[in-house]
Amino acid sequence: MDKPMAKAQISSTQPAQEKLIRPDLARRPHTGENLIQVFLFLCGAISILTTLGIVYELGKEAWLFFGSPDVSLVQFLTGTKWQPSIGQFGVLPLVNATLITSLFAMLIALPLGLSAAIYLSEYATPRTRGILKPVLEVLAGVPTVVYGYFALTFMTPLLRGIFGKDTVDIYNTLSAGLVMGIMILPLVSSMSEDALSAVPRTLRDAASGLGATRLETAIQVVLPAALSGIVAAFIIAVSRAVGETMIVAVAAGSGPNFTFNPFHAAETMTGYIARISGGDLAYDSPDYNSIFAIGLLLFFVTLVLNIISRRLVRRFREVYE
Amino acid sequence: MSASNTTAYKNNEQYLSARHRTAGLWKALFTLAVTTAVIALVVLLFSIINQSFGYVIVENNVAPETLAAQPLESLPPDALIAILRENLTKNRLRTIERDGLPLVERSQQDLLDTVIASVVQPRVVKSYNLDRSLLEAAAIRTEAARDFPGGRLEFRSWISGYFITHAMAPTPELAGVRTALLGSIFLILITITFAFPVGVGAAIYLEEYADNRSRINRIIQTNIENLAGVPSIVYGILGLAIFVRAIEPVTSGAVFGVGDSSGRTILSAGLTMGLLILPILIINAQEAIRATPNSLREASYGLGATRWQTIWSHVLPYALPGILTGTILAISRALGETAPLIVVGASTMITKDPSGVFSRFTALPIQIYNWTTRPQDEFRHIAAAAILVLLITLLSLNAFAILLRNHFRRRNT
Repeated sequence: MDKPMAKAQISSTQPAQEKLIRPDLARRPHTGENLIQVFLFLCGAISILTTLGIVYELGKEAWLFFGSPDVSLVQFLTGTKWQPSIGQFGVLPLVNATLITSLFAMLIALPLGLSAAIYLSEYATPRTRGILKPVLEVLAGVPTVVYGYFALTFMTPLLRGIFGKDTVDIYNTLSAGLVMGIMILPLVSSMSEDALSAVPRTLRDAASGLGATRLETAIQVVLPAALSGIVAAFIIAVSRAVGETMIVAVAAGSGPNFTFNPFHAAETMTGYIARISGGDLAYDSPDYNSIFAIGLLLFFVTLVLNIISRRLVRRFREVYE
Repeated sequence: MSASNTTAYKNNEQYLSARHRTAGLWKALFTLAVTTAVIALVVLLFSIINQSFGYVIVENNVAPETLAAQPLESLPPDALIAILRENLTKNRLRTIERDGLPLVERSQQDLLDTVIASVVQPRVVKSYNLDRSLLEAAAIRTEAARDFPGGRLEFRSWISGYFITHAMAPTPELAGVRTALLGSIFLILITITFAFPVGVGAAIYLEEYADNRSRINRIIQTNIENLAGVPSIVYGILGLAIFVRAIEPVTSGAVFGVGDSSGRTILSAGLTMGLLILPILIINAQEAIRATPNSLREASYGLGATRWQTIWSHVLPYALPGILTGTILAISRALGETAPLIVVGASTMITKDPSGVFSRFTALPIQIYNWTTRPQDEFRHIAAAAILVLLITLLSLNAFAILLRNHFRRRNT
């Protein structure tokens, strides 16, 4: 690549070595190679910059938000009214709605996802698995806005049909939560199945040899062995539910509402961010800054959940591989 | 089932059959869970298809028969212009000309669309879903004849050639997704131009160069894994702060003397989306590179190749199919992502196609979101049709990825 230059360098700076090694065979400095390595390192470093960017930008605007005289951190964390336009900044209604939708999502996704995983890994024949896994993958690949459509046009009318139109609002957290559960189900089942299939065959064979039924093997031997991987899947599922935006933006309703009734409309943290930023935003207004404060909260919650989950997966790997 | 329970059974056979009953029961429950997932998918698809087709009752503001003796489609451009001049006020004509080309320069198809949109003005007064249209066709016919004597009952496929080739319009009858589809394609092109080289570069660095004992490399690796779990809306907020606001002069094109002063452009959205899919892309590419056999590298080094020569001529060609498959999966993720686009400011009422990286934009998922949240039934139908367009695109992308994977897997073994 840069042969002549390299030769010149060797002959001028390293006369001693030249005697030992023939110059055309000596190791040459590779400027181009080093440049490439620097460029590739920068590509990797962009991810660090992204994280720093998130923390810095969100932190800066959130700082402005908490720095404004109307807002106090205590009021932010304990207040039950969120109306930035009249100076009410209590994040609890938004957090509460997020918790309710996530709770229902987990009620659907965790038991069904885990059962599906047990079925796929312990019971299904290779042929059934070959049919079912793509179905779950398609379910996982459907865009979230489509699930939002599904919640509003199918799940909500269904719920209103069951519980009565007077009890169930057009927009409600229950419908959003249930559909979110369907959305997260494939994630839980595929992560749990990975954990279950990583359990060595010998454990299963030993259990069968002692006369255990397939169920007993699955529940009393394989499941405990794969537990940390399954817990990791559950935690990732919670983090997905907390950060999910489109389903709640479409189906859970707009306007913060501090209610524990899942039949009523209530806005989640993500729904609030989507609604406020979807309108015409005036920069540096309390509304604008508040989405950064909530975004930062969201970022840290999901980050902590992800880190815990990853730790669990790693510990699990150490045991069996 | 535990040891103390065993004594309660009279003999072993009873104990065994009890255990088998439990086993059978639980197996049924596990099967039910999987079936639920399958049913959910079927119901989801059904409810979308159900809304995309069905009978509609259309009423025209002006009947096409009164405008001309022949069908409108067969009229020459001059006749269409004459109809427009006859039926519209001067002001209205001026608005139409200002929004597009002058009438005399327009094509026959364009003029026909204009006549239908501004003179005939078809309105869907009532629409039915596919299930009712098929099962209760007779009842619908009598209802149509009774309640809407002036209306025309027709079977309508909301997803159609017209729907795909026409721009956004304020009424659901005339709206199309062309602008949104082009917006999505533009967006993906920008996203990939940015994310593919950077993502593959980072993956090469982490797999081929990085020393895992070094602290900074470990931080980069962990960080990428954590970024993959950050909710997409947080990326939207980041994009809003950095691309839309902080470097507004660049992303709005003001520095280059083009575009208006707003940073809410397709470029900002593309870069935001690039950051969003970067971790997924890196992780996929890393896996592909890791799967390259070490013997290839050793052989190349043994022949005196440098590290980069080895990577460029041996590792990358071998890993390319895997990298491409991963990239396609990342693209399909970006294609369906909605939340970050809302935050960085996609607009919904855009009738002009994107003309460059600095134009304002809309995208397919944004249109779906917008139409879904409208209260009128007709918007639900076009939302469903737009969802079908999106799902078909995604399915074909994924099918392509699978074909690619299978093709190269066969070649490599």
